[in-house]
Amino acid sequence: MVEPAAIRTRALVKRFESITAVDGVDLEVRAGECFGLLGPNGAGKTTTMEILEGLQRATSGDVELLGLPWSGHATELRARIGIQLQETELYDKLSVEETVRLFRSFYPRPLPVDEVLAQVDLIEKRAAWVEKLSGGQKQRLAIACALVSDPELLFLDEPTTGLDPAARRALWEILRKLRAGGRTLLLTTHYMEEAEKLCDRIAIMRKGKVIALGSPAELIARLGGEEIIEIGCEPPLPAEAFATLEGVAACLPEPGGFRLSVHELHATLPRVLEEVRRRGARPSRLATRTASLDDVFVELTGTSLGADEAQAAAATADPTSDSKRGRKARRDAAEPGR
Amino acid sequence: MSFRDRPLAQLFLARWRELVREPGVLFWVFGFPILLAIALGLAFRNRPPNALAIAVVERSADDPAAASVAAAIDAVDGFAARRAEAAAAAELLRSGRALLVVEPGEPPRFTFDPSREGSRLAEIAVRDALEFARDPATRLATLETTVTAPGQRYIDFLLPGLLGMNLMSGGVWGVGWALVLMRTRKLLKRFAATPMRRGDLLLSFMLFRVVISLVEALFLVAFGILAFSLWPRGSYLAVAAIVAVSALAFAGVGLLVASRAQNSQSAAGLMNLVTLPMFLLSGVFFPAGNFPDWMQPVVKALPLTALNDALRAVILDGASLASTAPQMAVLGAWGAVGFAVALKIFRWT
Repeated sequence: MVEPAAIRTRALVKRFESITAVDGVDLEVRAGECFGLLGPNGAGKTTTMEILEGLQRATSGDVELLGLPWSGHATELRARIGIQLQETELYDKLSVEETVRLFRSFYPRPLPVDEVLAQVDLIEKRAAWVEKLSGGQKQRLAIACALVSDPELLFLDEPTTGLDPAARRALWEILRKLRAGGRTLLLTTHYMEEAEKLCDRIAIMRKGKVIALGSPAELIARLGGEEIIEIGCEPPLPAEAFATLEGVAACLPEPGGFRLSVHELHATLPRVLEEVRRRGARPSRLATRTASLDDVFVELTGTSLGADEAQAAAATADPTSDSKRGRKARRDAAEPGR
Repeated sequence: MSFRDRPLAQLFLARWRELVREPGVLFWVFGFPILLAIALGLAFRNRPPNALAIAVVERSADDPAAASVAAAIDAVDGFAARRAEAAAAAELLRSGRALLVVEPGEPPRFTFDPSREGSRLAEIAVRDALEFARDPATRLATLETTVTAPGQRYIDFLLPGLLGMNLMSGGVWGVGWALVLMRTRKLLKRFAATPMRRGDLLLSFMLFRVVISLVEALFLVAFGILAFSLWPRGSYLAVAAIVAVSALAFAGVGLLVASRAQNSQSAAGLMNLVTLPMFLLSGVFFPAGNFPDWMQPVVKALPLTALNDALRAVILDGASLASTAPQMAVLGAWGAVGFAVALKIFRWT
């Protein structure tokens, strides 16, 4: 018998009064893979997640988890999945260990407390109260609470948003190990780097729709070039100067110049520079790098996820911590129904 | 699975730890009721009643007629004469600082407002004193025994009411507030994503209130004994049973209040809406029987009225637990209906 897909959705739609948050999403997540839902704030990632988790009801469409629909199997499914929500605040006055023990009591076949704490690297903090934990430690505790059920399917909603880079990297390490443990992971993120590092396959969402689906390598290959040249000229040149050059797969305008998606950088770069000289200009800015998911995103949507983030951060003028800023921005975007 | 690892036990423990690890909360739960009882106890402590003032009109500075009337009045226990000129005496009466104005003469003239409590009494006592001053043979010999009976003082009436009021506020606010906070912190949503039985969480709040209520009651009953010698006349077990069932009732009300509220402001409004009428109607400070008959069905159906009536019956009158069955039924119904309805309409996300 073929193992059923860990998650399957068909024509999933979720409408809040006037907004369509999820607009016809078809997904299939295979057992054992790490699947990423990517997209800017308000793309419908969290709503999709919460429908999959059984916390929201879809307006229409079908959902199956581990081969079962939610209706009639809610208790069984809840016992077989693990969930980390975006902004749960656990009991401040409970210790790490007490919190895990509490969640453990809800499940029929829970893992031992020590095993779970070891997996998220919180053994030394077991006696610390939740209110004393750092942002990264709190997030790891939230993941520990998702792991106690020994879940076949693990949902992580923006697990690293609001964390500082060191804490983020520490969490990636933990998630990589979980992945290796054979569980199916579904995670949302708006960090391209995170998706590239962790995910086997990715769905990019925008305005409630999946606009691209595939492995990070496939998505990047779809750009038509593996390398990126960012170039700005003095005086500025028109796009057609580069678009027709041999080896240039795509030419996208960006502030102060162009972003060229190219094959065979070693051969194409000289041709690009020659063309600039031939037109009587000189490069005022020049950079080359390997194409990333971010380039895919720019190609697909015309905006960069990074720019999105910066905008959200700039919109919040008060000098609060990074984590608060991120959370605020997400909260605004994540609940279109309110 | 050991009992400790059952969801109900773990949820109860979480609630317990939250409370005992927050000293500020501990004060509001246990310290505040005691302070309130102390304050009210000071206000209503038993002391000899003030002597009732009788104004005696004097025509000049040493009016001999006024002096002899005043001496006769002063000789009566509980009365004190104040000599004053006619206008001043009238003012004393008007302002309530004297119950009666006596103008010496043949016959003396009494001026008083018969609608004022004690004024008739004062009139009779003064007339008797003046008769006695004229002819000592008119005094009837009587025997006197004085008693102070716990159970009839105002503080005796008040303390069970205060206990009831505390159990109500603690139940409604303790349960309602904590749940709404858990909702705004998305902890309820997180729990809803687990296979936890929904009723377990609500039940853990009810059981928690039973334990806390018993401790609160212990404190207040002990305080009543130590400070006011108010020994419950009925059984302590009956008091405990009433307190425990009332905790279920008020927790049930708290669950209902918290079942839909999305934020702490609307929850606070709802909780005031629920508790304030009970403060007024349920006989905390004065007997609920004072309300007109047509209101009584409503007043009696309130959980706080049922609790106060049952507590007073057992503590003050020594009634048996069985005789409080009607009140216990009201309390039990609030608990059961509150739990069932809250479970149905509870908003988890």
